[in-house]
Amino acid sequence: MIWQLDLIILVLVIVCAIAAINVKDLLSAAILLGAYSFLLCLLWAIMGAVDVAFTEATVGAGVSTVFCVSAVFHTTRRTTD
Amino acid sequence: MDFLTVLISRANYWAYIILMMVGLYAMIAKNNLVKKIVGMSIFQTAVILFYVSIGAKQGATIPILRHGPVPEGGGIAHAALRHGTDAVQAVNYINPLPHVLMLTAIVVGVATLGVALALAIKVYKEYGTLEENEINQRLRRG
Repeated sequence: MIWQLDLIILVLVIVCAIAAINVKDLLSAAILLGAYSFLLCLLWAIMGAVDVAFTEATVGAGVSTVFCVSAVFHTTRRTTD
Repeated sequence: MDFLTVLISRANYWAYIILMMVGLYAMIAKNNLVKKIVGMSIFQTAVILFYVSIGAKQGATIPILRHGPVPEGGGIAHAALRHGTDAVQAVNYINPLPHVLMLTAIVVGVATLGVALALAIKVYKEYGTLEENEINQRLRRG
């Protein structure tokens, strides 16, 4: 585990999470959630959990982003918070 | 150990606490249903971060053996490989048990996300909005 890389990615993960819940557009929130998942995938690879890393990349980042984007297109992008 | 060393060496756990609270805040305080679901997803991945951090070790490699298992018998040389300094040392390998548990948790997380988004779509088709206060107003009006 390289702790410098670990710290940088942890900061980016927290920034992505806060941005995903504060942005005023639901499509942007879905894409930021995908970026958050890919950053977590890098974090698992750094911590040596390679099996968790590729499961997160395919299932967590790939499939859940597609779910969120399709749900936004079936409903609305508008949000008040 | 001074404060800064503690802060850096436990950075994963601090980040886990922050992410979990961000997810909980989004689930409780946000008004939009999709924002609540995003908060739930963040909360789940925070728990996964906690578990994987438990298994991580400084100076260890991924949990795959460098050489195969030593065969039974085979005299003094193989006995040394089984018990001596060349034997498999658990301290050199990251603990794989939390990883296996979290593989299941990721898949379950995506399944709950799918169900929650399907329910949100049904709510939108019924009420024409995703905002919680507008849904409550329409429910009160009857």
